[in-house]
Amino acid sequence: MAKLQDFRTKNKPTWCPGCGDYAVLAALQKAAVNLELEPEEIALISGIGCSGKISQYFGSYGFHSLHGRSLPTATGVKLANQDLTVIAAGGDGDGYGIGMGHLVHAVRRNVDLTYIVMDNHIYGLTTGQASPTSERGFRSKTSPDGAAEEPVKALETAIVNGASLVAQAFASDIKQMTSIFQEAIRHRGFALVNCFSPCVTFNKVNTYDWFRENIVNLDQREDYDPYNREEALQMLRETKGLVTGILYRQERPPYHEVMSGAHTIATAKLDLSLSEEDEQSLLASFR
Amino acid sequence: MEELTWKVGGAQGEGIDSTGEIFATTLNRLGYAVFSYRHFMSLIKGGHTNYKVRVTPQPSGYHGDQLDILIAFDQRTIDENSDELGKGSVLIYDSGRIRSPQLPEVEGMYLCPVPITEMAKEIGSPIMKNMIACGITAALVGLSMEAFDSLIVERFGGKGASIIASNKKAIHAGYNYARDHFGRLKRLPTLSQKKEGSYLFMSGNEAVGLGALAGGCRFLAAYPITPATEIMYFALENFPKFGGKVLQAEDEIAACIMAIGANFAGVRAMTSTSGPGFSLMQEAIGLSGITETPLVIINVMRGGPGTGLPTKTEQSDLNEMLYGSHGEIPRIVLTPTTVAECFWMTAEAFNLAEKYQCPVIVATDLFLGMSKQSVREDQIRFKDVRIDRGALLKDEELAQITKGSYRRYELTSSGISKRTIPGQKNGRFVAMSNEHDAGANEEIEDPGTRIEQMSKRMRKLQGFDVDSWGYVYDGPEETELTLVGFGSTRAQIAEATHLLRDQGMQVGHLQLRVVKPLPEKSLKRILQGAKQILVVENNATGQLADWLRARIGFHEKISSCLKFSGDPFTVKEILDKCKLGQKVVN
Repeated sequence: MAKLQDFRTKNKPTWCPGCGDYAVLAALQKAAVNLELEPEEIALISGIGCSGKISQYFGSYGFHSLHGRSLPTATGVKLANQDLTVIAAGGDGDGYGIGMGHLVHAVRRNVDLTYIVMDNHIYGLTTGQASPTSERGFRSKTSPDGAAEEPVKALETAIVNGASLVAQAFASDIKQMTSIFQEAIRHRGFALVNCFSPCVTFNKVNTYDWFRENIVNLDQREDYDPYNREEALQMLRETKGLVTGILYRQERPPYHEVMSGAHTIATAKLDLSLSEEDEQSLLASFR
Repeated sequence: MEELTWKVGGAQGEGIDSTGEIFATTLNRLGYAVFSYRHFMSLIKGGHTNYKVRVTPQPSGYHGDQLDILIAFDQRTIDENSDELGKGSVLIYDSGRIRSPQLPEVEGMYLCPVPITEMAKEIGSPIMKNMIACGITAALVGLSMEAFDSLIVERFGGKGASIIASNKKAIHAGYNYARDHFGRLKRLPTLSQKKEGSYLFMSGNEAVGLGALAGGCRFLAAYPITPATEIMYFALENFPKFGGKVLQAEDEIAACIMAIGANFAGVRAMTSTSGPGFSLMQEAIGLSGITETPLVIINVMRGGPGTGLPTKTEQSDLNEMLYGSHGEIPRIVLTPTTVAECFWMTAEAFNLAEKYQCPVIVATDLFLGMSKQSVREDQIRFKDVRIDRGALLKDEELAQITKGSYRRYELTSSGISKRTIPGQKNGRFVAMSNEHDAGANEEIEDPGTRIEQMSKRMRKLQGFDVDSWGYVYDGPEETELTLVGFGSTRAQIAEATHLLRDQGMQVGHLQLRVVKPLPEKSLKRILQGAKQILVVENNATGQLADWLRARIGFHEKISSCLKFSGDPFTVKEILDKCKLGQKVVN
């Protein structure tokens, strides 16, 4: 059985001391061990940005893809081999800016993967520009007078487009984050986990303390029903999105079971040879 | 070459395509070689559409310059196609709809008015015009009415006996009218032997789909786009039968990246598109290059730029295929010249992609992709296709190496490093879009590592023996003129070559099957012996000519024959450019 050590690599993270991404990496490693997964059974597909470096530090197979393209890469991987546990990861700029178009469609399809977004409300690796989740009025190098745009409502978008699991975690609560990751990985279908992962270097507004003061933890609400869509949307509105826990879930068949060519055998494990009869039946329509 | 050329035209939505396809399929089954070419517009109803069929004793790959028979359902069909009419052409027009026809000034043309619409109404539906047209044609060329029977039953059998009966009635009506009023005006080419069923009737797009399947491709992600969508249709119909998956992506960015993800996970995967979609795939091409993930892209070219000419043919994406994507990567660009080559070269594309772990682009165009034509059955044979997965490490091999010692981007003399796929024990790696070291760790600081990895990737294609199959040359060592083309222009250039030789000129014909890497040794040798070189291509700027100048030389004797109207070349257009005895190069 794999140990925590097996999910580590010899690469030392280049994240700043105090970066929330350390917590995400630790929680993911712990979740993989708790779920008794083997490193070779997992593919971690990451985008570009500070958070995209996570595939370098996590001991499974990985694909450090292009900016904004972790979801289409991960979709291709999952459909090629449905026996793999596929995790996509990136930041808020990667997922909700350049990659936002892919999010809605991965949600619609209900591709069986876990999408971890490390949300720090800013672009870190390019040294501090406004991101799609920056609050209106947020001052940065690219919004010197304060951001004029509304922040993107990624979780609501995912829910109204049919996401089958939507959750949110916070880097200073690794225990909750680990348990959410476990739920998300176990879940059959698309699971979006938005992780508040403060940027200690460039974002002096949305700090650990700021999140701590504002976050509502659903684990402390015994009456909350994650299967109620209206309640989930209501909760996001009431808390202005500052809420952690499993917000919403529903049962929907994963995409690889219902798409054109759905098959019980993983595509990567098919025998590729064609018989004489196959050839004749394929050619019949051209006669 | 002995030939019969035939065209039916009318408004889009009138069933023109199905008339043409029924005529062409029937002749193909009888053992004639047919080539069909669709002229259509980017709209659903109205406009002008036509379907041309050229019948020859041997497959010709081309729809012919002239017309023996034109069936016009409306005046616009006469107007738009009059330049193909000449002495001896038969013009059949719907006299019910075209009361006072405006006719082209062509001498010696047969004018055949037929009240097609009225006859169709009598039978019960205006759509019967199409079968009447088939009947008229049969009488004009001396084909029996029964020739169409089997196809009618296949096409309309599901709609009930009365539909079959009306279709047959329509054929009889057309046949009888033409026989009684005009008689047999034209002849089908003579067949040297009865060869029923020896030809498949297939388009380049269909051959690409079939080749992909035979070559082990089991995943297609694509976005609908003319003229490539038929590849997706083929895949949707056939991939699932063999466990393969097909996905309609949200855009071509996603489609191409999904294909990369699937290849990474061990599936032979591709995407298919045309110009606008290909532009969106540029970043993915570079991703495949640096991560060394196999990728096959089918680009069925159409008129550009922007939305350009969605329903017209062009070869103007050459530069983008040769150079597109930022940075520098090894890549292969294949340009099949026939439908049969669409089949085996697409299959081979997957071997090349896995062997060299790089993007392989298979480029056709609307003309080759969408024209259904007769293809010799022995040219589409699955047993000729071999599947070679390249340097994939086996589980047993991985079990023998020290844990954690596998290095995905190991430096090798060939530049090719052994691959593993997710799921394999002891084969862990991260496919790296950032520059990296041999062990797949990000390394963007050390210039030495950068140089090693870049050089490793760029030397991968040195072992690719493109000279053995990357071109076809027909001609002597020394020529007065050598015509050069790539991809779909082969048939017209070949016919022009033969006609020039008939006039006593020493002519060579060089057609490129692979444009990157170029078969440079062979090209230098062949073109050395040419006094003049004329590069024939469907674009405005002479992209192939420039590429040859850059890689092969011979600047002083290269000139261009260009066409960018959206239509394929006619033989005459090529001949006009090579007037006998004149200097072509200006």
